[in-house]
Amino acid sequence: MTQIPVLTPVDTPAEAPPRVVRKRGWKSYSVYLGLAAILVYCLAPFYWMLVSSFRRTADIFDNSLLPQPFSAENYIKVFDGSTLFGQALLNSLIVAGVTTAAALVLGIFAAYAISRLNFRFKSVILGVIIATSMFPGISVVVPLLRLFTDIGWINTYQAMIVPNLSFAIPLAVWNLTTFMKSLPFDLEEAAMIDGCSKWQAFRKVLLPLAAPGVFTTAILTFIHSWNEFIIALSMVNDPAVQTATVAISKFTGATEFQAPFGEQMAAGVIVTIPLVIMVLIFQRRIVEGLTSGATK
Amino acid sequence: MRQRRHNRHILFGTAALAISALALSGCAGGEVSDDEGTALSEAEFEGRGPINYVSSRDASGAAQDSLDKWNSEHPDEQVTLIELPDSADQQRQQLIQNAQIESDTFSVLNLDVVWTSEFAANRWIQPLPEDALPTDSMIPATVNAASYRDTLYGAPYYTDGALLYYRTDLLEAAGIDSPPATWDEMEGACDAILALPEGDDMSCYAGQFDKNEALTVNFTEAVASAGGTVFDEDGSPTVDTPEALAGLTQLSDAFANGLVASDAITYLEEQGRRAFQDGEVVFLRNWPFVYASLTATDGSSQVVDKFGISSVPGIGENPGVSTLGGRNLAVSPFTANKATALDFIKFFTSEEESRARLDKSSRAPVYPSLLEDPSVVEQRPFYPTLLESLENAQPRPKVVQYGATTTAIQEEAYAALTGDKDPETALADMQSKLEELSAD
Amino acid sequence: MSTRIAASPRSPGRTKSGNRSAGEGRMAALLLSPTLLVLALVIAYPLVSALYQSMFREQSGLDASGFVAEGEVFVGLGNYADLFVGESGARFLNAFGNTTFFTVTTVTLETVLGLCLAIAMNRAFRGRSFLRASILIPWAIPTAVSGLLWRWIFQSDGIANSLIGSETLWTAEGVAAKVAIIVAEVWKTAPFIGLLVLAGMQIIPEEIYEAAKIDGAGFWRQFRSITLPLVKPTLLVAVLFRLLDALRMFDLPFVLIGPGKESVETLSMLAFDESNQLRYGSASAFAVILFLYVALVAIVFVKLLGADVAGTKQVRALRRATSTRKAKAL
Repeated sequence: MTQIPVLTPVDTPAEAPPRVVRKRGWKSYSVYLGLAAILVYCLAPFYWMLVSSFRRTADIFDNSLLPQPFSAENYIKVFDGSTLFGQALLNSLIVAGVTTAAALVLGIFAAYAISRLNFRFKSVILGVIIATSMFPGISVVVPLLRLFTDIGWINTYQAMIVPNLSFAIPLAVWNLTTFMKSLPFDLEEAAMIDGCSKWQAFRKVLLPLAAPGVFTTAILTFIHSWNEFIIALSMVNDPAVQTATVAISKFTGATEFQAPFGEQMAAGVIVTIPLVIMVLIFQRRIVEGLTSGATK
Repeated sequence: MRQRRHNRHILFGTAALAISALALSGCAGGEVSDDEGTALSEAEFEGRGPINYVSSRDASGAAQDSLDKWNSEHPDEQVTLIELPDSADQQRQQLIQNAQIESDTFSVLNLDVVWTSEFAANRWIQPLPEDALPTDSMIPATVNAASYRDTLYGAPYYTDGALLYYRTDLLEAAGIDSPPATWDEMEGACDAILALPEGDDMSCYAGQFDKNEALTVNFTEAVASAGGTVFDEDGSPTVDTPEALAGLTQLSDAFANGLVASDAITYLEEQGRRAFQDGEVVFLRNWPFVYASLTATDGSSQVVDKFGISSVPGIGENPGVSTLGGRNLAVSPFTANKATALDFIKFFTSEEESRARLDKSSRAPVYPSLLEDPSVVEQRPFYPTLLESLENAQPRPKVVQYGATTTAIQEEAYAALTGDKDPETALADMQSKLEELSAD
Repeated sequence: MSTRIAASPRSPGRTKSGNRSAGEGRMAALLLSPTLLVLALVIAYPLVSALYQSMFREQSGLDASGFVAEGEVFVGLGNYADLFVGESGARFLNAFGNTTFFTVTTVTLETVLGLCLAIAMNRAFRGRSFLRASILIPWAIPTAVSGLLWRWIFQSDGIANSLIGSETLWTAEGVAAKVAIIVAEVWKTAPFIGLLVLAGMQIIPEEIYEAAKIDGAGFWRQFRSITLPLVKPTLLVAVLFRLLDALRMFDLPFVLIGPGKESVETLSMLAFDESNQLRYGSASAFAVILFLYVALVAIVFVKLLGADVAGTKQVRALRRATSTRKAKAL
C-alpha cells in the first residue's frame, strides 16, 4: 500500500516508465523502453554525423536518413597525403596517453597523501589544486605561448601535455581522493598486520579497490586531452607534431566560403572510434575492480 | 627539423627555469622595444635564407604548385608552408598571437584585406619598398586595399567581388529582357515572376545576413549602392546620412515585406548558394565561388544553364557597388630573412604565377589583363562582369580597430533587419559607437 | 589543532594514531610536490600575468604617422571599474546572466540525466557493454566537431526542423538559440557525470541492497536511502567539475550560434572578444573576474552541499558492510 514501485528515480524524457506497474511484463518492457530512449538520445546525433560523413560533397545538405548515394570520398580525403592525419592521430595518442599516465601517477600519489596521511593544510592544498581548473582556458594561451617560446618548447609534445595536466590533475586528485576516502582502512591495516609494508598494502589492497575510480579518471582525462584544441593549435606549427583536432581545423573546403563539413564529420568519426574501443576495453576494469580487488 | 632545436629540454629540468622566467617576464608587459622604428625603414629588406609562409591551405593545390616552383628554383631560400586553420578568425588569432610575442617563425603572412590597417598600424607587417610591385597593372581597388595611409604594406594575392546571380529562365518567362540594375527593378521583376506558376514557393532575394563579417559586407554594399559611405576620406564615420539610411532601410524593408525570406537572417554564403541552386530564390548576391557549384552537371544543381550574372543592384538612382574581398601577402618585421621574403611575395603574386594558378584555382587574379584575357574568359565567363564590379568596388571600412568596428556594424544592422530597432535608431546608435571607436 | 585546519569537522580517519608524525608530513610533501610543481608551471604564470595585465590599459589612439601608440598605461583597478558601467557594463551583465543561466540549467539537467545513465549502465543485462560505449560517444566527440555537427542539425533547413516539423531559426538571436545550446551541451556532458557516478556505484557493496530488499525496500527507497547517500561524494565531485567547466563555457556557443550574439554570449566569450580586439587589459580583467566567480561558486557549492573531500566523513553503512566483507575476504 505504502509502496509504489517506480522504476526510475526521476522522471526524465529519457526514462519515463509508467508510474504504476501492475505486471512484471510491463516492468521489464518499460525498462527496455527507457534504455532504448537513452540509446537514441546518445546515438542519434552521432548517427547523423556518421550519415553525413558518408555523403558526397554535392549532397552534404540532404536530410535523408541514409546517405544516397553512399560515398567514402570524405574518408579518402581525410587520409590523403597532405594532411598527415595518421601522424596526427598518433600525436594525439602520445599527448593524451602521456597526459593520462602522468595525471594518474601524480593524482594517485596526491590522493593517497590526502586521504591516508596526516598533515596540515589539506583543504588548502585541495583548494589550490582545483583552483587551477578555474581560470578560463582561452586566457591562458598568450602567456603560455610567451613562456614556451622563451624556454624553447614550441613544437614539442610537452608544450601540449603540461597544459593538459592543468585539467587532468585536479580531476584525478579530487576524484581519487573521494574514492580512497570512501574505502575502509580496515583492509590495509589487516594487510599490514599480516606483514605487508605500507607500500605493499597500498599496491595490493588499496589500489585494486580504487580501480573503478582510477580507470574512470583515466578515461575522462584521456578523452579530455584527446579533444583539446586551442593550446595544441597555438603551441605547435609543425605538421609532424600537430594533434588530430588541430589537423581537423586545417581541412579546407573547395573555397574559403565552403566548410569541409563532410571531411570534418568523417574525421570526427575517426577520432571517436579509438575512444570507444578504449572504453570497451577499460569498462571491464571499472566494473570488476571491486570484486577482483577484494578477493586478493 | 629546424624548429625543434629546443627539444633538448626535458620536462622537469626546465621547471625551475620556467619559474624563474615567470618571475622575470611577469613584469615585462609594459616594456616598449625601441628597434621597431628602424625596422620600418623601407630599405631594410636584408637577409637571405629559409622562411615560412603562413596561410590556410589552398584546396585547389594551385598555391602549392607556385610554392614548389619557388623551392625548386631557390634551394638555399626554401619556403615552408605553415598551415593555419580554415576559419579566418582562428587565422587572425594565430597571426596576432605570434606578432605579440614577436616570434620569428612567421615570415610571410597571408592576410585578409580587412586586416591590413590593423596589422600595419600595430607594426605587425612591414611597409613594402616603393616600386617593388607592378601596382599599375593591378586593379586599383586591390592596391588600395593593401595600403595603409598611402603606403603599400601587402602584395595583392587574389581578389573577390560581389555578383548578382539571377534566373534567366524566369526573367524570360515573365517577359523581362535584362537583369535589374536597381532594387526597384528587382522588386518589379519579382512581382511578375512570383506570380507565375514557376515562381510558386520562391522568394525574391537572398544575401548574407547572419551576424557575421558577411553582414558587414552586405551592409556596406547597401550603403554604397545608395550613394553613401560608412567612413569618409578622413576616417570619420558617416552612417547618420540619408544615403546610409536609404541603404539600410532597403534591406530591412526587404525582410519586412517578404522580398527576403525570413530564414535568410541565418544565411551565410553557403546557405544562399544552396537556396539559389535548389531553385528557391530568384536573385542571389554572392561571390564568384558560387559559379562552379551552379554549373555542376552531376545533378546537384537545378539551375544549370538557367542563370545569369550581373552587377549588384543600385538603390534609387545610384549604381550598385560591390565591396572588396580577397587576400594580400605581407612580410613580418620579426623575421630574419626579409630579402628572401620580399622576393618570394614578388614571385608569388606576379602576373605569371597568377596566370599559372588559374588552371586549378578559380580565385580571381588582381590583374585586369588576366580577367579580360579571352582564353581565361572562355573558362570563366563571369570574369568581365566581376572586373566591372571590382572597378568601382569600395573597400570595407579601413580602420585600425576593424574588429570592434565590424562588431558594432553587425550588431546594429542585425537589430534593424530583425526589427528590434528601426533603421534610424540603429544607424544613430551605430554612428555613436563608431565615433567612439574612431575617437580613440 | 589538526581538526581546525582540516576542512572536516571531525578528526582524521586514522584510528590508530591521532597525532601526526613528522614522517607523514614529509611523506605527504614528497607525494604532493610534483603535482603542485606542474600546476604552478601551467597556471601560476598565466594567472600572475593576467592579474598584472589587468591593471594596465593599452594606449589608445594613433600617432601622427598612423601607428598605434606604443606602451600601456597603469590604470589600477580602472579596468575592473569599467566592467560595470555604460555599454560594456550592460554587455558584462548580459554575459554574466547567460553564463549563470547556462550553468544552472545545463548542470541540473546533466546531473539528472547523468544519474539515469549511471543507473542504466549499472544494470546487468545483455548488451550492457554496447550501452556503456554508446553513452560515452557524445563526450568523446571533440567539442569543435560536435559544435559543427549541432550547427548543421540546427540549421534553418536542417534535420532538427525537418524532424519536428518547425521552422525555428535556432541560430538567430533569441530563446531558440539558448535551447539549442542547452540541448547540445547536456547531450555532450551528461556522460561525464554518468561515468563518474557509475564508478561511485561500483564500490557500494551488494550486501547493502540485499539487506534492504529483505527489509522490503523498493527501488525508489533503495535509491534514496542507499545509492544516493553512498554515491554522493562522487556525484558532488562530478557536479563540481561540471560547474567549473560550464561557467567557463566557450566553444559550443561560439561554434554553434556564433560570436557576438547576445542571447548566448558567455563571460569566456566576452574575455576572448576583448583580447581579440587587442584590449588585453580589460580582457584580463574579465578573466580574473570569471576566475573569482568560479572560485566563489565552487566554495559555496562545497560548503553548502558538504562535498567533504578533505575531511573524512565516513559513511557508516559502508563501514559496517565492508567489515563483514573483510571477514569473508580474509
